[in-house]
Formats: sequence, structure tokens, C-alpha cells
Amino acid sequence: MAWAGGAEPHGDGRGDKRPAWDNKGQYLLSCLGFAVGLGNIWRFPYLCQTHGGGAFLIPYLIALVLEGIPVFYIELAIGQCLRRGSIGVWTAVSPYLGLGCLTVSFLVSLYYNTVLSWVLWYLLNSFQDPLPWSSCPLDINRTGAFEAECQASSTVSYFWYRQTLNITADISDNGSIQWRLLACLAASWAVVYLCVIRGIETTGKAIYFTALFPYLVLTIFLIRGLTLPGAVRGLIYLFTPNPGRGVQTLRNPRVWLDAATQIFFSLSLAFGGHIAFASYNPPRNNCEKDAVTVALVNSLTSLYASIAVFSVLGFKAANDHGNLLRLLNAFDLPDQSISRDDYAAVLAHLNATQPESVARLPLEVCQLEDFLDKSASGTGLAFVVFTEAVLHMPGAPGWAVLFFGMLFTLGLSSMFGNLEGIITPLLDLGVLRRSVPKEVLTGLVCLLCFLSATCFALQSGSYWLQVFDSYAAPLNLIIFAFFEVVGIAYVYGMPRFSDDIACMTGRRPGLYWRVTWKVVSPLLLLTIFVAYIAVLAWTPLSYRAWDPQYVGPLGATGSHFGPALAFPWCHTWQDGCPKLQEGGAS
Amino acid sequence: MPDAENAFKVRLSIRTALGDKAYAWDTNEEYLFKAMVAFSMRKVPNRETTEISHVLLCNVTQRVSFWFVVTDPSKNHTLPAVEIQSAIRMNRNRINSAFFLNDQTLEFLKIPSTLAPPTDPTMPIWMIIFSVIFCIVIVAVMLLIFSGIRQRRRKSKGPSEVDDTEDKCENMITIENGIPCDPLDTKGGHINDVFMTEDERLTPL
Repeated sequence: MAWAGGAEPHGDGRGDKRPAWDNKGQYLLSCLGFAVGLGNIWRFPYLCQTHGGGAFLIPYLIALVLEGIPVFYIELAIGQCLRRGSIGVWTAVSPYLGLGCLTVSFLVSLYYNTVLSWVLWYLLNSFQDPLPWSSCPLDINRTGAFEAECQASSTVSYFWYRQTLNITADISDNGSIQWRLLACLAASWAVVYLCVIRGIETTGKAIYFTALFPYLVLTIFLIRGLTLPGAVRGLIYLFTPNPGRGVQTLRNPRVWLDAATQIFFSLSLAFGGHIAFASYNPPRNNCEKDAVTVALVNSLTSLYASIAVFSVLGFKAANDHGNLLRLLNAFDLPDQSISRDDYAAVLAHLNATQPESVARLPLEVCQLEDFLDKSASGTGLAFVVFTEAVLHMPGAPGWAVLFFGMLFTLGLSSMFGNLEGIITPLLDLGVLRRSVPKEVLTGLVCLLCFLSATCFALQSGSYWLQVFDSYAAPLNLIIFAFFEVVGIAYVYGMPRFSDDIACMTGRRPGLYWRVTWKVVSPLLLLTIFVAYIAVLAWTPLSYRAWDPQYVGPLGATGSHFGPALAFPWCHTWQDGCPKLQEGGAS
Repeated sequence: MPDAENAFKVRLSIRTALGDKAYAWDTNEEYLFKAMVAFSMRKVPNRETTEISHVLLCNVTQRVSFWFVVTDPSKNHTLPAVEIQSAIRMNRNRINSAFFLNDQTLEFLKIPSTLAPPTDPTMPIWMIIFSVIFCIVIVAVMLLIFSGIRQRRRKSKGPSEVDDTEDKCENMITIENGIPCDPLDTKGGHINDVFMTEDERLTPL
């Protein structure tokens, strides 16, 4: 059957041969590295535990099957078939869909690499014994007392909020540029540039290390974590449903929303990165198998990581025996005579015999929930909770280096995908003349991103990042994914798409694929979108701030809807350039 | 004697410090403790005549914790707390090492330990490693850029490559009358027997 039209399929906009992967392994590792990112380590375990462990896996798997894999398959198939980046691929549906994907990739690159620069800072500081976050620095006057702010919170929180971020109390208070963070930001952008400089030629080599190293470290942490005392408690805590909730978790719509959004962002859909990766494939490649494989491995990695993380958290909880010491000291009991398991019984006995003495003791209620409530997701997990756990492990600097090295490589492989989602469409558009080498384009993109991201090195940078992360990206991505699926299923046409797939993989897509593409995935995405809007409208927009006296949420209005609003606008007004509604607190 | 004016409470956490190698606390260990305190006091000017018998221990518990005072040679009154405090602080290291313990596991309540002076290295460690990494990255980037320039120069000088026809799905295969047109253009051509000349049909002599 003759090819009936659409964008010209041969070569790329520059006229020379389109670059190709050295082997299939590079391609699979790149997609996997892009999908497996920081969220697998610090978002999934938190969600899993909050919604009662085992029970959460059910909505998660259902979302994977009904939404994650179908949309992922579409992206890989369309990229491989049309052999263009996101802008070229979506010209048949709408020219601005591709532009929207590119803009979102750009915005996410900005703040994602800022997080990487924080990880780099911690990595650089891990090469010393004792670790700098293990003790409070002395007072300014060196009178012998420790810094007040440090004593009021904890050494790790102090190191994170004060010595790293030097954070202000409010998002409107910008403060000054932190030159240390700026230097780390420059270094991380330099590393990204080094790896992306010639496109997939260089990322293909780098991905072997950046995609596989995290698995090695996770395994090491898993083995070490499981041998630490208290690890099993952490695991039991992870997988048992919340007391009294059990199967009822499934009736809570919040759980389904979290599962659906988690699978969506975990696979890094609608960024255009997967489309870009697939566009460098030979046309006859079984992208169906690729899609299913990468999605499954991504989910298994999340599970693997949560086991490793929670065994270490369980150890951390078991190690916190401040109460035990107080009891021993107050009642002059033999050293180490009370183990963690006996604590409850001994306390009850003492309370019965000497209640007044017990009442006078400042005993804390120590529960595992307490750490997890103190933001054990996101940056809180990595930079506060985990760093403290590492302090108690023998050979702490080594573990810290391993942990932050793993986070850095995880983030780096995701950055490759983000940047390919920007660079490939630009290359296809032919924004620079053919004589200008590719290194110049990638250099300009990295330079532009670095300059734009300097605002995150301000003292209030972390708040801006929170606002970006919570409000700028998620909604736009859901809209784009919805239009991707609808565009393929209805505008491009299912018969035409099925023919393309038959040409590439050797057989037409089965009933499951067609049903999910035409009905289930769009419906699900629409539901998530509506639910997100509802949640946004319901709760006041807020971000967590660090008040030197007290940590609590402060209200703020932030920016969101930036690139997505531009898309329908441009469509109606036939405007050439989408105007980004970037904004701060208004 | 507990909470007396010049008495100090001492608390040891032997098992925490030594684990399996922990020794039992008996009267011999108490004797050693008294000896160390007496030794510390003897280093103070005016108190060189302090004997082991001047150090009194009491209320030894299983924790292990006890109270001690140091009396003067006449055994009438106890030495002032300030003197004992400074004497112990001066020799804290010797006392700790006699028992294989450290400041956290051999606690003298009310006697704060002298903190180590803050070490401010001339160049923080992170800066050193940062400069190393940054230099490596810059050098690698330069290498890649220069090798790319050289490759391009070589390619522009060399013969232009033939564009290989890739196996494309979308390859236009023009079809006429059900026969693919391609073979007629690119393949070596079939010889149609009908038009073979007379000469070729007859074998040569």
C-alpha cells in the first residue's frame, strides 16, 4: 500500500543520514533510564506506605495496564514510524502539541537539574569523615554552645536548610544567590552537556553506566539494609495496610488518583523524550515488546527501591533509642539491659511501681510514622531522613557516596531523555543551518537552560522548585497525553496506525490495544485531569516553608497552566509563538 | 553522700562501648578509678599529696554509676568541686583510655568535656573534589569538540558517500499492472528470450 501522505518520512531536516543506536541495548537502556528516575526512589515508596503497602499495588498495576503501557506504546510506535521528534510527529494532529511537549521538557529540565546539583553538593561533601551533617557547628562566638537553630531542629535538617540552601522563610523573600549552589549547578549542566554533546552518539555510551549503576547500588543497599537490625520492621510497616483500613483503601478515590498519576509520571510520558529515542530506531523493530518490557521493569524497579529504602528506614527507627537511654539512666539499670522489644513491657512495669519518677521523664512517643510524617518523600527523604540513617551505619562516608552517586546517575539518565525531547525536535525543525555542528546546538540549549535555572540558586530557590514541581508540569503533561491518545485514535485514524504497526512489528495491534487506545486511556486521562482540577480548586495552593522557629505550610499562589494554556490559545488565535505565562506568586 | 556539695556522679556504659569485650565492673576497677582520680588531683599544685584513700566512692549501681568525692589529707572536709572539675578535665584523656572508654561512655555529670577546636581547613574538601571533577569534564568536552571538528574536516575532504537505500516501510514501490516497477530500473535486467539474436542461439563452431 502506497504511503498516503503526512510529513516526509525520509531522513531528518538536515539532509544527512539520521543517527542511529549502536545496538538495541542502548535504546532500551535509554528508555529505561529516562523512565527510572528520582521519583522511583523517593515518591513511590512514600505513596506505597501511605496507602497501605500491599493494597496500593492493586490500583497501581491496574493503572499501569490501562493507562501507562498503552500511552507508552503509542509514543514509541509513532516515534519509530515517523522518525521525527515530538514537533515533527504531531504535525498531523496539531502543530502546537509538539511545541507544548518541548516547552514542558524545557521547564522540567530546569528544575530537575537543580535537584541534581543539590545531589552533587551532597556527593562532594560525602568524601569526609565525620560527615559534615553529623554534628552541629559551634556558635558564632565559639562560646562552646552549638548554633541555636541547629539544636532546635536536628543536625541533618540544619545542614540541608541552612548550610546547603540557606533558605529564607518566605517565597517572596528572594535573598541572594548562593554561589556554592551556583557552582554545583554549573558543574551538573557541564556533565549533562558532556553526555549529550553529540546526541545519542554520546548518550548511548554514557547510558551504560548511568542506567546500570543505580541497580548495582540498590542491590548493595538492599543486602546491607536487610542485614541491619530493625530492617524487617520497616518492611512489615511498608506492606501492611493501615490498621482498620484494609480493603477500604481501594474505596478511597485519592488512592486511585495517586496511583494513576504516579504511573504516568514514573514512565515520563508526554515529554517527547521517548518519541525522540524511538525515532532513531530502525523502522522494523518490535516496539510493542519494548514498551511492555520497559514499563514492567520500571515498575519492578520502584518496588525494589521501596524495599531497599524501607529496610534502611526501619533500621533508622530501631536505632533511635533515646527513650531507652533515659530509662536506663533514671533507674540505674544495667547498660543495654532493655532491648527495643522489651521497652513496652519494662515501661509498663516501671509505671506500675514508680509512676512519679516515670512521669517526670521526658519520654517521647517513638513511632515509625513520625519520621515518615516529617516529609519522607521527595527531597525530604533523600536529604534529611536518609542522610540521618546513613550516619548510623558503620563506614558512613562510603554509604553516603554510594547513595548520592546513585541518585546522581538516576537523575542524569532522566535528564538525557528530557534533553533529547528538546534537541531532537529542534534538529528536525532545522533551527540552525546545516553547516553548524550539532555540538553548537546542544551547547546553546544547555547554556540557555543553565542561565534560566540560576533563579533556583537563590535562597528562595527551593520554594520556586516546589511550586514548579507541584503545579507547572503535571497538569500540562496530562493534557498533552490526552491529546496524544485522542489524536492517534481519532484524528490520525486507527486503521492507518494499525497498518503502520503491522509494517513495523509484523502484526496488527490486538483487541486490548485498540480498546485501550480508543476508549479506556482517554477516559482515564480525562478523569485524572478533572480530579486534579478538583483537588486544586479544593485545597489552597501552598508550599512547605522553613521557618526558623517552626515548620509549617504557608499559603502562596503559584504558576501553573503555563504551556498548556498557550496551546488552545494559539489554536484559536492562530498565533505563531506560544506565549508562556511564566509567573511567580501573584 | 549523693548530691553532696562537692560530689560528682559518674556513669559508665561499658557494654555500649566494648560490646562483647566488655569487662565486669568490680572492686578492682573501682580501685583503678580511685587511682586515676588521685593521679589527676596530684597534678594540681598544692594537692600533690593526694592519696588513693582520699577518694571515696559510694552508691555503686548496676548501671554502672556511682558518686565520688575527694577529701583532704585530714579527711575532715572534701575538696572544692571547682578544683576537682579542672583536674579531671585536664586528664580526661588519660582517664578515658585507662578504661578503654570515651567522653560519651564515661560520663562525669556536671563536668563538661572540652570540645576539640573546630578544624577549619584552608580549603574545604568539597571544593577540591569539585575542581577535580569540573576540570575532567571541561577537558573531556574539549576533546569531544575537537575530535568532532577533525571528523568533519576529514569527511568534507573525503569522497562523498553514496546514500544507501535503507529498508524503509514507506518506500515508494510504484506498482503498475501488479508488477513492482523497481526491478525494471535497478536490477541487472532480465534478458527476454524472445529477442535473442540468431547468432546466440546457434552454438559456435
